[in-house]
Amino acid sequence: MNILSKIIIPLFVFFIIMYGLKKKVNVYDTFLEGAKEGLMMVFHITPTVIAMVFAVNIFLDSHFLEGALGFLKPILELSRLPLDIIPMAILRPISGTATLAIMNGIFINFGPDSFIGRLASTLQGCTDTTIYVLALYFGSIKVIKTRYALPVGLFADLMGIIAAFMVTFIFFG
Amino acid sequence: MVNIIWASLIVIAIVYSLLNGNIEIINNGILSHATSGVNLVIEMMPLIILWTGIMKIAESSGLLNSFSRVLNPILRRLFPSLPKEHKALGYIASNIAANMLGLGSAATPFGLKAMQELQKDNPKKDTASEAMITFLVLNTGGVTLIPTTVIALRMMAGSKAPTEIIITSILATMVSSISGLTLDYIIRRRKNK
Repeated sequence: MNILSKIIIPLFVFFIIMYGLKKKVNVYDTFLEGAKEGLMMVFHITPTVIAMVFAVNIFLDSHFLEGALGFLKPILELSRLPLDIIPMAILRPISGTATLAIMNGIFINFGPDSFIGRLASTLQGCTDTTIYVLALYFGSIKVIKTRYALPVGLFADLMGIIAAFMVTFIFFG
Repeated sequence: MVNIIWASLIVIAIVYSLLNGNIEIINNGILSHATSGVNLVIEMMPLIILWTGIMKIAESSGLLNSFSRVLNPILRRLFPSLPKEHKALGYIASNIAANMLGLGSAATPFGLKAMQELQKDNPKKDTASEAMITFLVLNTGGVTLIPTTVIALRMMAGSKAPTEIIITSILATMVSSISGLTLDYIIRRRKNK
């Protein structure tokens, strides 16, 4: 499994470049064109990231969580999990940037290769922000009655979060 | 939604710290967290730029297209209410393919197009059709083969194996998508009985 994780990116890049050459694409110019779009994308998300890092970090600094979720502490300590993972799991369907900020905080405090660091990485990678996508897609075609879309989407998120805990535990626990 | 959450995080933090007498931490935080935000952006930037460059090659060479053609037969089974050659199927396939390759910004336009096509067949324009909901569930599962941003931040934080979470992410995503689609399928069957 570890080998697979290490070769997937090189293989991916190799395949894309070779395919591009075979189809006679000017791979260098195309790369630059895409990279420019990437730069613009980073530029566009900067205010969002700053807003979220600010809010999430002062929230974590206030130790409100320790106060409000203190009753969960014995359970979490038993499973060696810091409280920080709880807001990440709750915010996952709502804001990808907020959870990104929490994840980075976990990397700084506990290290990316700690159990919680790996768990946070898996959580961040495993689902999209359901509520955001729902609002954007249905909003674009003026659908107001979304019926069972939200509960099913949140159910999928919940299963993803549970799976992330279990998979991380099995692989790295 | 995000509006309320953002405001609540800040208001709760300030009020709670005032009550507990450690407002000094918040004071320092307000001044220093903007720097943390900028640092986070800088840490993500190199890999995002590199990856969007590589993926542009996949897009231009038609790799993205062939990839979505492979997905088409599977999609037809997930959307039994759509005729075989429905235009939305092509957009849905491209949306999923772009998401899988981590081309989030390329995926969104395809997704919006798919929704428009589905809306044309929708008898009640203000109510979501079954096909729309299935597409949404499929989309929010967010199947990403390579979570670039996460890898970039792991690398910057000094991880010994930044890519080791690829497999766990894919497995967790699969569980999420399959459970969502299963529940969607059960609800649809019950309603159509």
